[in-house]
Amino acid sequence: MDWSYIFAVMVTSAFGLQAIVFGLAAIGINVQFGYTGLLNFGQAAFMAVGGYAVAVTVVELNMSFWWGVVFGLIGAVILALLLGVPTLRLRADYLAIVTIAAAEIIRLILRSVTFKDFFGGSDGKQAFADGFFAMNFLPPDADLRIGPAVVNESQLFTYIVGWSLVALACLVVWLLVRSPWGRVVKGIREDEDAVRSLGKNVFVYKMQALVLGGLFGALAGFITAVGAQNVNPDSFKTDATFFAYAILILGGAARVFGPVLGTVIFWALFQGTDVFLRQAIDAGVPIVSLMDGTQAAVLRVMLVGLGLMLLMIYRPQGILGDRRELALDAR
Amino acid sequence: MPDNASTPAAMSRHEEAMRILADVPREPGVPKPDPILVADHVTRSFGGLKAVDVSHVEIQRGSITALVGPNGAGKTTFFNLLTGFDTPDTGSWLFNGKDLAGVPSYRVARMGMVRTFQLTKALSKMTVIDNMRLGATHQVGERMLQALLGLWRGQEKTVTAQADELLARFKLLEKREDFAGSLSGGQRKLLEMARSLMTDPTMVMLDEPMAGVNPALTQSLLEHIKGLREQGMTVLFVEHDMDVVRDISDWVIVMAQGSVIAEGPPGEVMRNEAVISAYLGGHHDKALTDSGVSFTEEASGT
Ligand SMILES: Nc1ncnc2c1ncn2[C@@H]1O[C@H](COP(=O)(O)OP(=O)(O)OP(=O)(O)O)[C@@H](O)[C@H]1O
Ligand SMILES: [Mg+2]
Repeated sequence: MDWSYIFAVMVTSAFGLQAIVFGLAAIGINVQFGYTGLLNFGQAAFMAVGGYAVAVTVVELNMSFWWGVVFGLIGAVILALLLGVPTLRLRADYLAIVTIAAAEIIRLILRSVTFKDFFGGSDGKQAFADGFFAMNFLPPDADLRIGPAVVNESQLFTYIVGWSLVALACLVVWLLVRSPWGRVVKGIREDEDAVRSLGKNVFVYKMQALVLGGLFGALAGFITAVGAQNVNPDSFKTDATFFAYAILILGGAARVFGPVLGTVIFWALFQGTDVFLRQAIDAGVPIVSLMDGTQAAVLRVMLVGLGLMLLMIYRPQGILGDRRELALDAR
Repeated sequence: MPDNASTPAAMSRHEEAMRILADVPREPGVPKPDPILVADHVTRSFGGLKAVDVSHVEIQRGSITALVGPNGAGKTTFFNLLTGFDTPDTGSWLFNGKDLAGVPSYRVARMGMVRTFQLTKALSKMTVIDNMRLGATHQVGERMLQALLGLWRGQEKTVTAQADELLARFKLLEKREDFAGSLSGGQRKLLEMARSLMTDPTMVMLDEPMAGVNPALTQSLLEHIKGLREQGMTVLFVEHDMDVVRDISDWVIVMAQGSVIAEGPPGEVMRNEAVISAYLGGHHDKALTDSGVSFTEEASGT
């Protein structure tokens, strides 16, 4: 077993593309679910809107990358309004149902044969990221070596931009949740009628939270698109949403740095177990080597599930959460 | 305060209200000299059950009016309708001359009519002081952009000072930093009432503010409610304890099966035949004291 390789994979995964993408998506869910109590199960759709906006704007509309970003953000706002207007006046579960359905509808439209010329069907879209990498200020040989792993200068640039966006998103969330605005949404999370009785327009606050969280989802979409230099409908399956939820709950919901810590730990462990199992198979470790690589990939998802169950039992508030707040629920 | 200079400060509002209401006929739906709230033909059915069917009722400005009636009379539902938390099948009502039908609950609160809930709604995962701060209206920091830019610190100080003052009045200052969820039931009632006052209301609607509050605390709560009247607020409150009703209210409205069946000053209204039969359900050969509804003392004293 090559421990230095396993370690290198864990480090690069902890701070790599997936960690950034899901960190941003989880920050969005933190605003919606963590602070405001909105069950958005369609974060993948917001990511898809961001990713496809960039790809389609550049490839099909022949406009610049930046217009793609603008359209992606506008698209996320429109999607949030479309989902929120009919559901946010109703009970919390309606939003959950509508968002999960809408996300699947959007994904199926993106991969449909009918719109293949525009969205690229199941192949997705490629070759749209030049405008982004044209901004790369790093010298061409600025590779980062972590043990046997190499991060090239394009990846490094993407990571720098990505983590800057994560930092910016955290700053926005931090400024908001400590303000009176944050007080109102936390009140809504607990009992919206109480907040209404004090003269607050609950609908507007929920909508703002849904839009803001959706915008963070779109940022995640941009990063996933430029990082992979490819958008593909299958990157935006419901799994993506639930990974983001798992990350949020692991790190601690309603904590500014919960999603960040969650994504770092989650991806380090998730990719770490993958290479660990593969290496164990190759090394002929008893029992483990009865599996092949594909089975090992499935096993690690099971292990993630097990880990989450243990977390819910022994530390339901997540790593950064406050157990006292949970205890108050029981009364 | 537009206090009449000729009347003494203590109890002046109460005496004034009693004087004004003295000449008002004791009948359901009677007009008041200066109503702050006028409701007409307000009905609400749940399936086949007509929970509220109020043809006309008026609440005198600056008074404490008690809304009483047996369980299931429709008092809470009527509160919900008036404050926009529920939509009536028919009806209209004016608050301070403004039509409130169809106005959403948050806007009703902003217009100065604030309510509390029968099942207390303290926000348990927030601290007591944050519960209070939440009550303040017109906070710039509650707007997203201003919140981001941090343009709320000055106002936060004013709001906090106001909250601390109310917490002191309601004897909750030691609990300031505790989670509201760690308060006792009675303390939560106090907190909810104090929080509603943060909205700077002109009319306060309290749904069973005394329920679950210990007798010692009841006394101070009663003083607080009387204090609201002295500050010129109008109070409408639901209460089952007739001693409390007699102690603080200027006028009593009795509801049964959704309708207003009697009105009058506390001493008189409980001698009303319709009221006694509503409470005792037919067996009105018994005095109301025997049923635990203890107001005969006053009734026999007059
Ligand atoms: N949401 C609802 N759905 C169905 N029926 C309801 C609903 N709310 C109230 N009711 C019915 O309406 C009637 C009036 O209820 P309401 O809560 O207004 O009574 P109340 O006078 O406040 O009683 P209490 O003194 O026990 O609080 C009751 O018969 C109740 O069963
Ligand atoms: Mg009630």
